Amino acid sequence: MPHVELNSNLAIEVNELTKRYGQTVAVDHISFAVKKGELFGFLGPNGAGKTTTIRMLTGVIGLDGGSASIQGYKAGSLKAKQVTGVLPEMANAYSDLSGWNNLMFTAELYGVPARKAREKGAELLQAVGLFPRKDDLVSAYSKGMKQRLILCMALISEPQVLFLDEPTSGLDVQSARLINDMLRSLNATGKTIFLTTHDMDEANQLCHRVAIINQGKIVAIDAPEKLRLTTSGMHPVEVSFSDPVSPGALAKLPGVNAVKTLGDKYRLHTAEPGELVAALVNYSRSAGLRIVSLNTLAPTLEDAFVALTEREMK
Amino acid sequence: MMTSDATALQQLRRSLAIARKDIRIYYSKGPVVIFGLLFPVFLFLSFLIGRHLTVDFMMPGLLGMILFFTATAISPIVVPFETMGRTLERLMSCPVANGTIILGDILASFIFGLVISLVPIIITLALGAAISSPAILALTIILGAFCFASLGNLFSIPPTNLPATANMIASVVKFPLVFISGIFISLDELPSWGQAIAYISPLTYFTDIARHCIAGQGHIPVAIDLLALLAFTILFLTLDIRLHSRTMPRRI
Repeated sequence: MPHVELNSNLAIEVNELTKRYGQTVAVDHISFAVKKGELFGFLGPNGAGKTTTIRMLTGVIGLDGGSASIQGYKAGSLKAKQVTGVLPEMANAYSDLSGWNNLMFTAELYGVPARKAREKGAELLQAVGLFPRKDDLVSAYSKGMKQRLILCMALISEPQVLFLDEPTSGLDVQSARLINDMLRSLNATGKTIFLTTHDMDEANQLCHRVAIINQGKIVAIDAPEKLRLTTSGMHPVEVSFSDPVSPGALAKLPGVNAVKTLGDKYRLHTAEPGELVAALVNYSRSAGLRIVSLNTLAPTLEDAFVALTEREMK
Repeated sequence: MMTSDATALQQLRRSLAIARKDIRIYYSKGPVVIFGLLFPVFLFLSFLIGRHLTVDFMMPGLLGMILFFTATAISPIVVPFETMGRTLERLMSCPVANGTIILGDILASFIFGLVISLVPIIITLALGAAISSPAILALTIILGAFCFASLGNLFSIPPTNLPATANMIASVVKFPLVFISGIFISLDELPSWGQAIAYISPLTYFTDIARHCIAGQGHIPVAIDLLALLAFTILFLTLDIRLHSRTMPRRI
């Protein structure tokens, strides 16, 4: 990865960032930059180093090598934290305080004047539909309500940069959609958003660019659409037959790179979808089978993600 | 200089916000207040029943025990609770130094200790004992509450998320300290080796000043007592901030 030059248009700059836990290198000399106003996705399988990276950038843990800055301030410094809002993975609000008191406490920690905090707090809780429940203890909130409250806590200081670690993980569809809509409108007002997620569809729909991290190293950074299209050999073709067939037999067809069974369907990946369709028709005739459905699909971001992370593992 | 002063003031305000949060969550519960009072009172009574001691001798010891137990009751478990409740990471990502978080937790214990110490003071006055130097006693209670709150916070340095573990460590230290601090037997009656052990406890100096102020006599000059209490406070506070800053990221 090339080193990133200091630039006032950048909200986040990371150079050779490294974190070790004993002999394990959790984050291995990663470098990237996020422009101001960008919605940047950080994708990777479990244990890839996403949360460790976000914790170093938000100053929760120290770094063992390299450097990082937020809006020009050293990551982890009080100045960097002051311009940052954070929604950590698995974080909780104080369950023995009301939603409102959690919000006002966070405002005090950011030095937001009391009157402004009250106005902004009411506005945020209205926006996420929690205002009528603001005086209830957080222990009475559902998971989705807690996550919406924590997002409000991250926004109470009107930060320039937002770090969100799996913000919609495990949420109901309504809460996830509400949070994603809010992220879009926040980004439209110029806020920089750094988002880690497992959800490829979410990343594809929200992010301007995504970085894919695997085993502590960044394996790709690009716009989701470009990443999707650069995945050669990963065009999916889905087929189902009148009777079950052996996936091994399908894997032997010309040009097939991978076969996956999806219920009564088979998803085959190839660089030449046209030739594969012809081969499937010939195969069904010779095996005395009827093709129930046959679809050629465009490669998804998920296909790109799987291809890139598997390539690294090999 | 202006900037660093402004930052220090800003951080102090944020410590106070953390202290208010702690009081709301951990200290304002009825059982905590009652336990903070009843436990030292009953422990004290169990040692006094059957012995003929004067109010002047008893009350400084009771005051010392109540302040010591209340100021160290909750401070060991706040950080483990924050770890267990997964609220610590959010707190650490806010623009507050680790020292600010620790000072906030200590301030909450300090305020709790101060408020509860009013109970034995009122009992002392109700029993007809006179306080000869109220200003010195007030200063000692303030310093003692801060010293004991800082000591209590030291018990949560091991990066555990189990409040019971921190409490166990606290009990191992707190109970022996009570017995060597001249509460049940005055320092004058202790053998020289007993006195030598008593000098390693901050509670000894607190109780000695309280005896000066209530009974009119102590074992150590008040100025030395105050200096020793101040030295313990600085030592505990420094260790709290340095060691917690080291272990706090390991809790995440």
